[in-house]
Amino acid sequence: MSVRRDSVGVGLAVGAYGFAFGAASVAAGLTVLQSCLLSLLAFTGGTQFAVVGVVAGGGSGGAALASGLLLGSRNMLYAMRLAPLLRVGGVRRLLAALGTIDESTAMAVAQPDAKDGRTAFWWTSACVFTFWNVSTLLGALAGSVVDPADFGLDAVVPAAFLALLAPRLRAGAVERRIAVLGAVLAGVLIPFTPPGVPVLAATAALLLSVRIRGEVSG
Amino acid sequence: MSLWMLVIWTIVGCYAFKLAGYLVPARVLDHPQIRRLVELLPVALLAALVVVEAIADGRHIDVNGARLAGFGVGAVCVWRRAPFLVVVIAAALTTALLRLLLRSG
Repeated sequence: MSVRRDSVGVGLAVGAYGFAFGAASVAAGLTVLQSCLLSLLAFTGGTQFAVVGVVAGGGSGGAALASGLLLGSRNMLYAMRLAPLLRVGGVRRLLAALGTIDESTAMAVAQPDAKDGRTAFWWTSACVFTFWNVSTLLGALAGSVVDPADFGLDAVVPAAFLALLAPRLRAGAVERRIAVLGAVLAGVLIPFTPPGVPVLAATAALLLSVRIRGEVSG
Repeated sequence: MSLWMLVIWTIVGCYAFKLAGYLVPARVLDHPQIRRLVELLPVALLAALVVVEAIADGRHIDVNGARLAGFGVGAVCVWRRAPFLVVVIAAALTTALLRLLLRSG
């Protein structure tokens, strides 16, 4: 069944990237255990990279947490979108919540019918979860032994954020304008603010401007 | 905040967001304006993160040639809609090879 095959493919591709997270995480100073716990229980790639990225840059725990949670808030929207499709309760709902990420949501809503949508969700989240966690462990262990920079993994982080950003840029002019402004604002603030703050300040400024200009309706 | 506290609160916060979406009736939080704001939030955040991760080292602008080149190659792959894994590998390989060459050259 092609839904299952696609889910495995997505799981492999995204999961392999967990290797970079594991290595980046220990390079930032987290232990192998802490890195693995993030992948097991937070299980949301963008947030995980944002958190260790701020820590690596010397930012405060508060700034790292705020960046990570802001980025992770989108999973709540995904959950709202998936709830009527999955119709889960009890323990299954607790599991579904853990597995609610970009990829499992995207695969689920892309299916033409509800049954395939549910299959896509469970298969994608299970595959991504498995490969992401195994590769996080491998990356964390590897990163403890060798310098991730030798493998160019420090370039992977901004490239991966760009890959996450790109589909949103293609969505519309408002998105592109916000991205450019966010990038410029953050860049300008780097020399003047503690690490972690440029990202938060740029985000806050843009959300304010969006509200004021009433572009919320898109 | 210690690293452990950061890890724990990240886990708690992330899971809370995910579970909340399943527990709260869609009507309550599905106000179109709020939905739009939440949709636009990652755009601003991700764009800022791209810049900060590409050119900064703490409070300093650290333009590392090999990293920037790797990021550039990754960016081209993203632009050409290459699969995620290709983007990652291309960026990493470029940077690693450049560093190797610069070191031995």
